[in-house]
Amino acid sequence: MSRATKETTGVATRIADATRPIHRVNPVAKLAAAFIISLTLIASIDWVSAGVVLLLEAALFGWVGIRLSVFLRRSWPILLASPLAGLTTVLYGEPSGQLYWEFLFIHVTDGSIYLGVATALRILAIGLAGMVMFLTIDPTDLADGLAQVLRLPARFVLGALAAMRLAGLLVEDWRSLGLARRARGVGDSQGFVGKLRLWLNQAFSLLVLALRRGSKLATAMEARGFGADTRRSWARESVFVGRDWLLIAISVLIAATAVAVSIWSGHWNFIFG
Amino acid sequence: MLRGSRVTAHGWGWRHAGRRAWAVHDLELDIEPGEKLLLLGPSGAGKSTLVHALAGVLGDSDDGDDTGQLRVDGLAPAAARGRVGLLLQDPDSQVTLARVGDDVAFGCENLGVERDEIWRRVREALDAVGLDLPLDHPTSRLSGGQKQRLALAGILAMRPGLVLLDEPTANLDPGGVAEVRDAVARMLERTRATLIVIEHRVGTWQDLVDRVVVLDPEGGVLADGGTREVLAGQGAQLAARGVWVPGHPPAHPQRQRQVPAHQLLVAQDLSVSRIPGVVVASDIRLTVNTGRALAVTGPNGSGKSTLALNLAGLLAPAAGELRATDRLAQGAGSEPIRWKSRELLTRIGTVFQDPEHQFLTSTVRAELELGPRTLKLPEEEIRARVDELLQRLRMEHLAQANPFTLSGGEKRRLSVATALVSKPQVLVLDEPTFGQDAQTWQELAALLAGLLDEGTALVAVTHDLDFVAALGDRTLELPAPHPVEQVRS
Repeated sequence: MSRATKETTGVATRIADATRPIHRVNPVAKLAAAFIISLTLIASIDWVSAGVVLLLEAALFGWVGIRLSVFLRRSWPILLASPLAGLTTVLYGEPSGQLYWEFLFIHVTDGSIYLGVATALRILAIGLAGMVMFLTIDPTDLADGLAQVLRLPARFVLGALAAMRLAGLLVEDWRSLGLARRARGVGDSQGFVGKLRLWLNQAFSLLVLALRRGSKLATAMEARGFGADTRRSWARESVFVGRDWLLIAISVLIAATAVAVSIWSGHWNFIFG
Repeated sequence: MLRGSRVTAHGWGWRHAGRRAWAVHDLELDIEPGEKLLLLGPSGAGKSTLVHALAGVLGDSDDGDDTGQLRVDGLAPAAARGRVGLLLQDPDSQVTLARVGDDVAFGCENLGVERDEIWRRVREALDAVGLDLPLDHPTSRLSGGQKQRLALAGILAMRPGLVLLDEPTANLDPGGVAEVRDAVARMLERTRATLIVIEHRVGTWQDLVDRVVVLDPEGGVLADGGTREVLAGQGAQLAARGVWVPGHPPAHPQRQRQVPAHQLLVAQDLSVSRIPGVVVASDIRLTVNTGRALAVTGPNGSGKSTLALNLAGLLAPAAGELRATDRLAQGAGSEPIRWKSRELLTRIGTVFQDPEHQFLTSTVRAELELGPRTLKLPEEEIRARVDELLQRLRMEHLAQANPFTLSGGEKRRLSVATALVSKPQVLVLDEPTFGQDAQTWQELAALLAGLLDEGTALVAVTHDLDFVAALGDRTLELPAPHPVEQVRS
């Protein structure tokens, strides 16, 4: 049908072969791994820890079979955002050390260059880790993991999962709403405020439609016994086994190595300290 | 194999919270295990309310009041959940999970069925509805008819004693209707479940059911008996109240055909696309003329709706030309897509397939006033036009109602009226008769015939051959879709 639906359903299998180990790892383990690495990188602003993480991540991604072409296509926002954030920090970051260039509020100094490089690497390392983890996670498998491994309430997890599926329909609804407004004579707008008002009105209509769809879906789910007192069973088993612990161990190892190298080279600066 | 459920109602009634009138009341009904029953009644007779109550999804005392007794196998319906399966009208709102197998398994999981048993039932149920797809097939790529069969499989896998179908084919094209009907027929060969179907179109189900019950909007039951006896005795009366009864077709309107045909829109070698780069129909030549109806037909995916949106000035042509003549353009330029939204109002009106997409206000009256206000017509003129339409469409009592709370037939009438009130020269309608009862159908046909005789040009995208016969002066049949060539961007 539409290209949008194809893209959303294909995401999980395209970035790596479905047979590669990363697809058999429990999504909960992937979440934990991304969390461990991110938390470590947030603790300090130095280029060494971020650089080490980035290097080790690259090795890990290669090992789990991420395809480079798909990877680049998907990660361009991060690849673009990180140098931009770095540049901003170079220009406006806290000045210290030798001053190279100055203009109004811009001070390029030793200190701001150092901070800029550290920021860019940090965004890259956190962003890429998160992205790869999430692109290889199938939403249904994640829900299974959250409910069966982490024992989050099934009602909440499955409700959210079903709602996510409706989000795809909303894209189509948004398009139809836009056309309908033009047909009803209220699609003209002038200036920024006019456009904003039009957009807000349309967003409100979308909200109304979404609520109606949601309540219909809730009825359909309830009619199939969802939310009853019976203890639920699971058609798909979500297990947490050796390979999942292995991924977590690897992420701890990456984080620990980065911290160790950074401390040893004298670059570590604990920002909460 | 499981036994079918017994359904009993004794003086049962339900009133929705905040309403004065009872949706159903004084209902006496006994349904034997395994009976197949068609539930009829004019719109507003409480058919849906009864079926929702039996499925245990009407809610509790916050949602309404009940009287009397309603039992499924001697249990209150809420306690019998899982013994009862409910199939609803809207295919999109019933798919819960992303993969076909998981979606069918969902109900079994909620009932706590053991894993191996779940997958055995999933395969059985998919086979029973004739859905021959891999278990990991994405549910987002199913057609409407397939989605309804999927939902039916999900119900079957729960091994219900009672299966409820609430207008399961109202949103489907004729192919989808046949698909779902055949799936239900296959299902009935394999289960002894009791069946209750609500449907306007008797013809679709009469060979599958053995009993017909007609609900009385005043309360209780109008008729109850064998399919043949009830239809023979009550057929004419049912047809008059909007039920599609075989042998009692709604009247076709008389046409004058005295208005001369002047060209308003001319398409030459037109190609249309909804998503840029994906052309769904091409090489289209047609003219839209005053006082004439053009019916656009063709299988699903042939680009009918997309063509309609092009003719309506809402989408830009992908290639070729769509030109408005001076008679239609009146100084606005020859390309409808370049007209302002406000300029469209008096030139081309559009009625969307899903009326809910085009409602913008919170009352029926405000909905009708919107177009004339945008045109800055004088207050008296606005009031006169709106009052006249409300009366013509029998909606005066609903002037203050919220458009979203209307019945299906009322929503359709309102959506047509919102376009008519601005008096466009061309009216484009997308599947105007989908899911409509016979009465709404007849009124709609009469209304449109009147417009044609006044000189309005009509373009109707439709699967409804009756409608084409009643109104179509010319028919454009779009060919089946060729494998879509995707242009990579």
